Amino acid sequence: MRIELTVNGARHEADDVWEGESLLYALRERLGLPGSKNACEQGECGSCTVYLDGVPVCSCLVAAGQAQGREVTTVEGLADDDGLDPVQRAFVECGAVQCGFCTPGFLVSTHDLLARNPSPSDPEIREALAGNLCRCTGYEKILDAVRMAAQS
Amino acid sequence: MTSTETPTAGRIGDSPLRPDGTLKVTGEFAYSSDLWHDDMCWGVTLRSPHPHARIHGIDISAALALPGVYAVLTHEDVPGLNRVGLEHLDQPALAEDVVRYQGEAVALVAADHPETARRAAKRIVVDYEVLPALTDPRHALDDDAPHVHPDGNLVRAMKIRRGDPEPTAPVVVALDFEVGMQDQAFLGPESGLAVPDGEGGLDLYVATQWLHVDQQQVCRVLDLTPDRARLHLAGVGGAFGGREDLSIHVHACLLAMHTGKPVKMSYSRDESFFGHVHRHPAWLRYEFGASDTGELIYAKADILFDGGAYASSTTAVVGNGGTLGLGPYNIPSVSVDARGVYTNNPPCGAMRGFGCVQAAFAHEALMDELADRVGVDRVEIRARNGMREGDRNITGQLIDSAAPVAELIEIVRDLPLPADPVGERDIRDLPGGAANSTHGEGVVRGIGYAVTYKNVGFSEGFDDYSTARVRLEMTAGEPVATVQTAAAEVGQGLITVEQQICRTELGVDRVVVSPKDTSVGSGGSTSASRQTYVTGGAVKAACEAVRASVLARAAAQLGARNLRLDGDKIIAENGEVLASLADVLGDDAVDETVEWHHRPTEEIDPETGQGNAHVQYAFSAHRAVVDVDVELGLVKVVALDTAQDVGRAINPDAVVGQIHGGSAQGMGLALMEEIVVTDGKVRNPSFTDYLIPTILDMPPMQVKVLEYADPHAPYGVRGVGEPPTISSGPAVAAAIRAATGKALRRVPVRPEHITL
Ligand code: FES
Ligand code: FES
Repeated sequence: MRIELTVNGARHEADDVWEGESLLYALRERLGLPGSKNACEQGECGSCTVYLDGVPVCSCLVAAGQAQGREVTTVEGLADDDGLDPVQRAFVECGAVQCGFCTPGFLVSTHDLLARNPSPSDPEIREALAGNLCRCTGYEKILDAVRMAAQS
Repeated sequence: MTSTETPTAGRIGDSPLRPDGTLKVTGEFAYSSDLWHDDMCWGVTLRSPHPHARIHGIDISAALALPGVYAVLTHEDVPGLNRVGLEHLDQPALAEDVVRYQGEAVALVAADHPETARRAAKRIVVDYEVLPALTDPRHALDDDAPHVHPDGNLVRAMKIRRGDPEPTAPVVVALDFEVGMQDQAFLGPESGLAVPDGEGGLDLYVATQWLHVDQQQVCRVLDLTPDRARLHLAGVGGAFGGREDLSIHVHACLLAMHTGKPVKMSYSRDESFFGHVHRHPAWLRYEFGASDTGELIYAKADILFDGGAYASSTTAVVGNGGTLGLGPYNIPSVSVDARGVYTNNPPCGAMRGFGCVQAAFAHEALMDELADRVGVDRVEIRARNGMREGDRNITGQLIDSAAPVAELIEIVRDLPLPADPVGERDIRDLPGGAANSTHGEGVVRGIGYAVTYKNVGFSEGFDDYSTARVRLEMTAGEPVATVQTAAAEVGQGLITVEQQICRTELGVDRVVVSPKDTSVGSGGSTSASRQTYVTGGAVKAACEAVRASVLARAAAQLGARNLRLDGDKIIAENGEVLASLADVLGDDAVDETVEWHHRPTEEIDPETGQGNAHVQYAFSAHRAVVDVDVELGLVKVVALDTAQDVGRAINPDAVVGQIHGGSAQGMGLALMEEIVVTDGKVRNPSFTDYLIPTILDMPPMQVKVLEYADPHAPYGVRGVGEPPTISSGPAVAAAIRAATGKALRRVPVRPEHITL
């Protein structure tokens, strides 16, 4: 099957896509965008979170074919010509990144949270990020980063 | 793949940002599962469905016939010795006549698409004769137990005997404890890319904790010399001990050599649960004898670790469980027996805390019991019995640097407590959370304490070293240092530490960290909380060698002595700048490589267990506050506070990050993390069924860092990564006991343990 979609503002197409491939696989293995991560590929960890038509989804649970004709934004699309997005900067500066494997998913989820709720309370942050697993940080510095990003 | 420079200044004691941070937030950092190569194919592993079976034959013809398949390999295709293992070469790279655990690798497939490879693997017909499986380690040493390996089921038995062989005491407390099997659950799947060079050798890019030991193992199985099997560290998505043993390494290389193509392998989460070793489950029987006022007189412990089907690092885990298994206490008379056995359960090996985690649950539960029995406060009893500098531990080793057990436990006691719950509470703060299972009724608060100590570095006579190469040169008018080690960065921040040490020693701002590979000598393992100490020591020594060599040149050129190097200046004793580094170096680079060994340790006496087994000890304490819904058995950890002596914090922010993450993993074992194994089969190999703490589960953590320099260690550092994983879990368990009044002699604590 052939798919066409827009990723981070650019048109992409891929041929010979097997029907069982996820959007995550297509991004990582066919479109040269491995930033979205594959920690579980079963919808449990959030490391693969991307925007699909502006809504955050686990790209491992979306079939590549379902993204046909739609718009995807990945972690690679968060920074712009002016540099890192404030969420990205806050994660670096607060030490919220250790191994970093969870980071792309946290960044997209946080970006979405702050777009909806620019100054979330701690319980709201925890609730919004409950679908993103991190094994390294114990989440303390991730909370710091979200608070910092909310202030900038 | 971290050839990075940083514009951020920062010497030791500062907290400069990690040099790979920007790459990690933009998605550009290349993890081992991100690699790609022209003309690459995909490898998959066929694994045994049985915990124990004889293999009568393997028919690969249907798999080979599938279009898109390039190779199907079995043990018959292994060119070298078909054996791997960290401490014992007891595991075939691909099974031969017997499989000994569910998930053992039997065959490999390479194909043009991962799904093609998976389908081909399903077409491989293995003729298994299912054999009875030994799955209860408590019967592994029975006379009639089936042998998992020809030499029997004992991997290691260690004895420690000290003081009075038949001690008595006015107060005696005892318990049995059981610890379930924990998984490292690093997020980055086991993965890598093997690229043949067309000349009989290859390059392997892989996520690992120790490149050089992997290289030895790859060479042994593939029958290659080290110059033909070059290993490179790909980006590592966490490790925690689970990447000490091989995963895809040998398999990807076998497929690459057979197909002549680059081969990528990447495990699914399900396969990951079978593709690495776990933390040993343990059965522990402890007895403490004490005075009426709670001073320990003797301790006895019997500890059994289930090593599973292959030894992995069971030998060393038993060593730690035995030598450290009574905790950081002064105990005049001691009898410890620790054993590790083979079974047909999943193999167990290294995980953060390594043998101490299991023991700490038992000794800390028993300390509380003793405190209650003699009517002494639970903090006070730990302070009273805690080790101090100058004491000897149970192997007779002198504790020759700070041992602030009393101070640590008193610090956590005195940290502010969360406010007592009053009035209407946000249900998100209650056990059960948004499931809305209580509004506060039936919820009881409890507080628990624990202390621990852990060895740093490799022990029992192992020659533990690291190699560092440092180059200093002028680049575009500026001095630039380049540091190269093979020590694995797994997320903990070693590359930041390497830069900080170079800046401190050489006074330069710009430090380039070379990619990590086997073109330089071994860095040793990224485990045992050892890299800042040992590779840090090597980088410091290499910088000193560079400095000495620069100053020797300067002395010869300038005819002066007692010079000093600071950044790009050569300075005389009186402070006068005599020359610039550019004058002295010209276009040359000064390049020094140093192999640095920590103080030697020794094997312990086989009969008494006495000896200087360890190079350094690190101490920590935790206080946990929990709310328990005693009707439903649900637990909410409200606070998890800790104090730890780190000797010297090279990067204070990163130190705190290690303590946060380590604490979370210990809490996970106390509350939720268990690989459930029945009849040798793993029941929950997924993140749906194997739960790790989420951001909703974790409480805020107060962290107090002490810096009592260890005079024997570079800069006084003490390993940081493991102690928090050891003391946090027992503190959580103690807090639940305090809330519920239940004995709770098993972790993870399940709801039914609380309600029934
Ligand atoms: S990889 Fe998609 S949720 Fe884990
Ligand atoms: S930083 Fe490693 S999983 Fe979050």
